[in-house]
Amino acid sequence: MSPTRDELHWMYRNMVTSRSFEEAIAKIYFEGKTPVFNMANGPIPGEMHLSDGQEPVAVGVCAHLNRTDVVTATHRPHHQAIAKGVDLDRMAAEIFGKSTGLSGGRGGHMHIFDPEVNFACSGIIGQGLGPAVGAALSRQMQDKPGVAVAFIGEGAVNQGAFHEAMNLAAVWKLPFICVIEDNSWGISVPKQSSTAIANNAERAAAYGIPGMRVEGNDPYAIYDAAGEAIARARAGEGPSLLEIETYRLAGHFMGDAEGYRPKGEKDALQEADPIPRMRTRLLTDGVASESELAAIESESLARVEAAIRFARDSEDPAPEDALTCVFAA
Amino acid sequence: MSKTNERRLTIARAMAEAVQQEMQLDPSVFVMGEDIGALGGVYGNTRGLLDEFGPQRIRDTPISETAFIGAAVGAAQDGMRPVVELMFVDFFGVCFDAIYNLMAKNNYFSGGSFKVPMVLMTSTGGGYSDAGQHSQCVYGTFAHLPGMKVVAPSNAYDAKGLMTAAMRDDSPVVYMYHKGLQGMGWLGTEAGATVHVPEESYTLEIGKAKVVRPGKDVTIVSLGMGVHNALKAAMRLEEQGVSAEVVDLVSLVPLDRDTIRASVAKTGRLIVVDEDYMSYGVSGEIIASVTEHDISVLKAAPKRVAFPDVPIPFARVMEQYCLPNPDKIVEAWSRMQAA
Repeated sequence: MSPTRDELHWMYRNMVTSRSFEEAIAKIYFEGKTPVFNMANGPIPGEMHLSDGQEPVAVGVCAHLNRTDVVTATHRPHHQAIAKGVDLDRMAAEIFGKSTGLSGGRGGHMHIFDPEVNFACSGIIGQGLGPAVGAALSRQMQDKPGVAVAFIGEGAVNQGAFHEAMNLAAVWKLPFICVIEDNSWGISVPKQSSTAIANNAERAAAYGIPGMRVEGNDPYAIYDAAGEAIARARAGEGPSLLEIETYRLAGHFMGDAEGYRPKGEKDALQEADPIPRMRTRLLTDGVASESELAAIESESLARVEAAIRFARDSEDPAPEDALTCVFAA
Repeated sequence: MSKTNERRLTIARAMAEAVQQEMQLDPSVFVMGEDIGALGGVYGNTRGLLDEFGPQRIRDTPISETAFIGAAVGAAQDGMRPVVELMFVDFFGVCFDAIYNLMAKNNYFSGGSFKVPMVLMTSTGGGYSDAGQHSQCVYGTFAHLPGMKVVAPSNAYDAKGLMTAAMRDDSPVVYMYHKGLQGMGWLGTEAGATVHVPEESYTLEIGKAKVVRPGKDVTIVSLGMGVHNALKAAMRLEEQGVSAEVVDLVSLVPLDRDTIRASVAKTGRLIVVDEDYMSYGVSGEIIASVTEHDISVLKAAPKRVAFPDVPIPFARVMEQYCLPNPDKIVEAWSRMQAA
């Protein structure tokens, strides 16, 4: 299965939008946090986990999804949210903690929820798996179309929730896909120190389901593998496990000194930045012209700038709004 | 102590020093947790330990709390004295069986024949917009369940003494440190938490509260970050001619009810300050400890300043609206007078 020209343009656009968004957030994040860095200060307080470098996973998978399909994401959710079509204005506003945010400022960047596109997050490692399996169960029980995708990091496979959710999805043959974003770091701990096997896709054998590892942070290869897994799920043939090699170009969180990284790793990762690589390939393959790509890039940037402006211009929530939404209205 | 002999440490450094000194003395002590090796702990409380003791005794774990906390229980029962870190207390949800059904109960189930000498250290607290899965205290949740001691230092002196005491205790100790007191480079720190810490090893008695400010008109009881809010409120009340006594609980389990009761018997008034959720928690327990003992000592109904019963919101204005602060404590005093 190969992506069409339109799909490739869509994938590139979402990768660029995601990167532009993260770059904008990174810049604003330090406002009010200098000269003395204090996470509590500035227009975007709290922890911030950026997805720079991991965009191919989001677009390669989400190119096969529509609004009714379900995605659960992690503490590093922006690229996945953008590729799933989460409202960018309201997501930006949520990250700023504004009243116009997706949850009115209650959740913040680790808790992006958009029911319009069936997108949800959890800041706890591996804990999005259960809800994704449950959504798949619901579709199966109601005989409703749609699949559920849980994005997790490679560190999350060592949580008990991974094993339990995978087995449940397999034994009930649910329309579920687990996508492991392998950026090779769990905060400061490298994958080889935390995980007994190098290729987590091999774990699929434990559940009797297909597993595939995709190397190289390559949106084309990810598209192919995800397409196969998602088609299987849509056809009622049950779950799949994908592990996708990707790169975390940023620190674990903004302010991370990254002293644990081997010398030179960061430079090598920057060299392999997937966005310029895809750009080159689009041109080489004759799938997009220079002017088309320039237009995609400027439109993406304008879209991000508009979202940031919307967030900045929005009002803070009323303080006492903290007390609402605890129970269903 | 003269100024020149002052050795002011952050809570993070005080905790690391306690562990370091105990590891030098006792080969059965070792540390497990996420990012506690090369990184030195997300909150700095194992910094430098990997270099001195190596990866056998300073063990970075996978993100597998059920496994490594459960493993600590087994190692403790087999002669080791593990110190394990749960990075954020909020993560207890993924591993609570190992904590409250194993760590906390095996001494009892075995009639005391299996001791579980381990320390579970974990970060608590918000105030920096980290939202509802990374900002909780859940003091009451841990203190409610029998079988584990629970401590929460408010300053570096107590932090070191409590950590040493916890490692030497033959029972499991949950050591809850507040992020806002810790002294991290990436987060502001309450200045009052960084205090003189003696270099030599020492212990602080677990289960003993401290009167950190004497007074005669009202007792303010708190723990962790709340102690600093209480002390600030006490200074403000003093300007109004009100003499507030501040009690730092230091330990939640065992709870030093005698010190609380003695203080309230003296002042006749009680305000409890707790960053944990209001209902079914520490604040209610402190008030009950006084009222069920002798309600006649009270000149006014007790008040509490605690986190409302809502998940912790991300947006700064909403979170700050919910958190205890000195203003709210002073206001609680005013309401007490108006009643």
